[in-house]
Amino acid sequence: MFDTADAVLLARIQFAFTVSFHFLFPAFTIGLASFLAVLNGLWLWTKDSKYLDLFRYWVKIFALAFAMGVVSGIVMSYQFGTNWSVFSDRAGPVIGAPMAYEVLSAFFLEAGFLGIMLFGRDRVGPALHMVACVAVALGTAFSAFWILSVNSWMHTPAGFEIDAETGQFLPTDFWQVIFNPSFPYRLMHTVTAAYLTTAFIVGGVAALHLLRHRHRRDRVSPATRTMFSMAMWMATIFAPVQIFLGDLHGLNTLEHQPAKVMAMEGHFESHPDGAPLYLFGLPNQDEQRLDYAVGIPKLSSLILKHDLNAPLAGLDTIPREDQPPVAVVFWSFRIMVALGFAMLGIGAWSLWARVRGRLDDSPMLHRAALVMAPSGLIAVLAGWITTEVGRQPFTVYGFLRTADSAAPLDAAAVGSSLVAFIIVYFAVFGAGTYYILRLMNRAPSSAEPRLKDVTDSPIRTAGITPAPQQAARHRNAHPGE
Amino acid sequence: MPLTEGISFDLTVIWAFLIAFAVLVYVILDGFDLGLGMLFAAEPETEDRDVMMNSVAPVWDGNETWLVLGGGGLFAAFPLAYSLILPALYAPIIAMLLALIFRGVAFEFRWRTTRWRPVWDLAFIGGSALAALSQGIALGGLLQGIVIDEVRRAYSGGWWDWLTPFTLLVGVAVMVGYMLLGATWLVMKTSGPLQDRMRTRAWILGLATVGFIGAVSLWTPFLQDGYYSRWFGGIRIVLAAGVAAAVLALAFGMFRTLRVKHHDYWPFIFALGMFVLSFVGLGISMFPYIVPTQITIWEAAAPEASQIFMLIGAAVLIPIILIYTAYSYWVFRGKVDPSEGYH
Ligand code: HDD
Ligand code: HEM
Ligand code: HEM
Repeated sequence: MFDTADAVLLARIQFAFTVSFHFLFPAFTIGLASFLAVLNGLWLWTKDSKYLDLFRYWVKIFALAFAMGVVSGIVMSYQFGTNWSVFSDRAGPVIGAPMAYEVLSAFFLEAGFLGIMLFGRDRVGPALHMVACVAVALGTAFSAFWILSVNSWMHTPAGFEIDAETGQFLPTDFWQVIFNPSFPYRLMHTVTAAYLTTAFIVGGVAALHLLRHRHRRDRVSPATRTMFSMAMWMATIFAPVQIFLGDLHGLNTLEHQPAKVMAMEGHFESHPDGAPLYLFGLPNQDEQRLDYAVGIPKLSSLILKHDLNAPLAGLDTIPREDQPPVAVVFWSFRIMVALGFAMLGIGAWSLWARVRGRLDDSPMLHRAALVMAPSGLIAVLAGWITTEVGRQPFTVYGFLRTADSAAPLDAAAVGSSLVAFIIVYFAVFGAGTYYILRLMNRAPSSAEPRLKDVTDSPIRTAGITPAPQQAARHRNAHPGE
Repeated sequence: MPLTEGISFDLTVIWAFLIAFAVLVYVILDGFDLGLGMLFAAEPETEDRDVMMNSVAPVWDGNETWLVLGGGGLFAAFPLAYSLILPALYAPIIAMLLALIFRGVAFEFRWRTTRWRPVWDLAFIGGSALAALSQGIALGGLLQGIVIDEVRRAYSGGWWDWLTPFTLLVGVAVMVGYMLLGATWLVMKTSGPLQDRMRTRAWILGLATVGFIGAVSLWTPFLQDGYYSRWFGGIRIVLAAGVAAAVLALAFGMFRTLRVKHHDYWPFIFALGMFVLSFVGLGISMFPYIVPTQITIWEAAAPEASQIFMLIGAAVLIPIILIYTAYSYWVFRGKVDPSEGYH
């Protein structure tokens, strides 16, 4: 009955499942919180009502995504204890403190000012309301800072010693713990990823409404045009930045976790004089080779070592039991990189259309932007899977194995909770996603429900739009609902 | 291990108090919030439900963050306790997390659909009830003790160990107590017929709460020897009697302000007082153990370096958090006016 191996595998699946779902929401809301703060600032500064319309439009979507981010996040903070109790006992003295800082400096800030941001504009006045918007955006950034520091420490542990008696990691220098070697790269790459994710969602929604009215362009509201333009600026600027940061991150990983890079590259064998960049291939870990490999000679050495003939070690230098699962890492990495270049393409294309003054009048570009709307979310997940699966078989890289980290639980306990999470997440977050898509399906307009209707009473809080009217409108629009 | 003598105010004690404080604030704040969710079941009218939900909508996220601080603080300051208790209470904790998902999203989802609103109302009621029940069961499970393997520093019981008549009693007690907090909160935040109904409910729930506090308090000392001697050994019986008398006095105050004086906010304050006292009683039962009668706070504590590093942050940030939390409550103070609802 008690089968530890199964219980560990189930716990891994459960963690991967719940954290992947969780991260989809922050990936979107980190960017959106900043976008809302900018929109609110622009409205206060220019008094151009299109910014207020956009704020009102996106704040409803934000509230939905944020609520889902919060409830899925609470699950994460307890998963460490319920499913990874050995890991928690050992690593708690080191990573517990940064996680506590995250609660104190980030979660309270977000939660404390969210109510005022959503419903308080008329109660506290424009200045304090602006402060609340900025506080929420700052909260999301602090949250990313701390949790990514913790996560990075698990990849590149530093600033600790191991207690011989209890096996606990004991902090010797918190500065080194927090600013561990991979943290700066991971922080920059992930926060940029969140901005790109938001930019592509916003751009995709704008593109949808531009396409709907491509024959009657006078029907397109200034708000829609503005949001398309803003989103495309973000893509133009941040897609190349992200590729650059990703490259730096990869070099850092090569230094600290070479086995992960070998898996990303599909290098089973060592290359003493110049390693090829494999574009395609089927990793065959049992035979320790890449089947059907298609590669460009020496390019990998050029990218990773800036030298065509630099030698690169392969997985043949890593004992089998210390190798990560190669196929998952190899493919998820390629998905992320492909999406990164696709984003670069959209950024360049939109710049070209912008220069020619045809940003609002390029249906092909709009179609492409619409298709790319979820690209950020997919790239973010692919990136995390590369990072995390590439860390296997360790939880604290080089020091604590995944198999030795799990809680002493019955496989039956973990299995039933996993099933429960899967059912509940798909049902609840599926419904939430549907409500978000329904809001997005409506173009932003100057008839955007007045915040006044919403905020001048203490009671019109949770629903930011008058719900019955809105629902009635939707029933008319979708008689089938 | 001597129980109470020789407690110097070291860092570990400070952290034990800080975490107890976070849990207490959580119980009080999310208590009325979850209680209000359960009271939804008794108020079928959409308008009443809107008013009720809107009385907490701007603050519920902040309320729940204290739970994250309680859990995260335990992880950071007492990692061993965190890694023993959570696997032991696996089922109730997972149930609580799932329940909090349902009730948390209901705050947003129920305004996004009319056809499915009843479903999200049900999610709100069921989620609130299950979360309260699981929290009570978890508390009961901790009090009755868990099986641990000291050598492996690990929980070594089964995954149904928590289920006993005592834990179920504590589970129901917490549900009833939370409903009392919710009802008195609504007496404060609403007016008209809804407020009248809440007055009646608060009165009945108050009686039930006193009964449950009594039942749990009388049962606890018999769970483990340590508790018994702590409450009834020698002179301590005077302390026990004092706590009991204080709870009764608060209950009396609540009934008077509720029924006789028709006060709006005093009943809530008295109800909070009953919770604080019960919590202090709990602390007396447990201290200085964090896993009752097996692991003390000192045995479970993180090293001093971690404690100091966190204390710096906590000392600066907790007061700031309390200030802006209070500010947020103040911004949304006063009665929820039903005529201002959306129509
Ligand atoms: C603070 C720590 C932390 C953070 C921020 C993340 N993870 Fe992680 N992840 C872990 C801590 C961790 C872990 C607890 O350490 C796991 C569980 C088992 C393991 O080896 O590492 C893990 C495993 C794990 C696995 C399974 C790997 C395997 O078993 O082969 C996947 C797919 C992910 N994670 C995905 C993610 C995603 C999509 C994240 C985006 C937010 C993420 N992780 C953030
Ligand atoms: C396993 C790792 C993680 C844990 C334990 C965790 C924990 C949590 C918790 C408890 C919350 C709810 C806070 C509240 O009550 O207000 C939350 C929300 C949030 N988390 Fe995570 N988190 C994890 C991973 C991440 C990562 C990797 C990021 C960002 C890079 C992140 C960013 C956020 C943000 C921005 C929120 C606010 C809600 C939202 O925007 O959707 N989290 N997280
Ligand atoms: C061509 C472009 C890109 C390159 C070369 C690149 C490179 C990398 C590398 C090497 C890693 C693994 C880091 C590790 O070893 O732990 C990584 C992780 C990651 N990537 Fe990318 N990336 C690119 C594009 C993107 C894009 C477009 C996104 C999302 C919009 C993204 C999101 C992420 C995320 C969220 C992670 C996990 C967190 C982290 O470790 O930073 N990446 N990326």
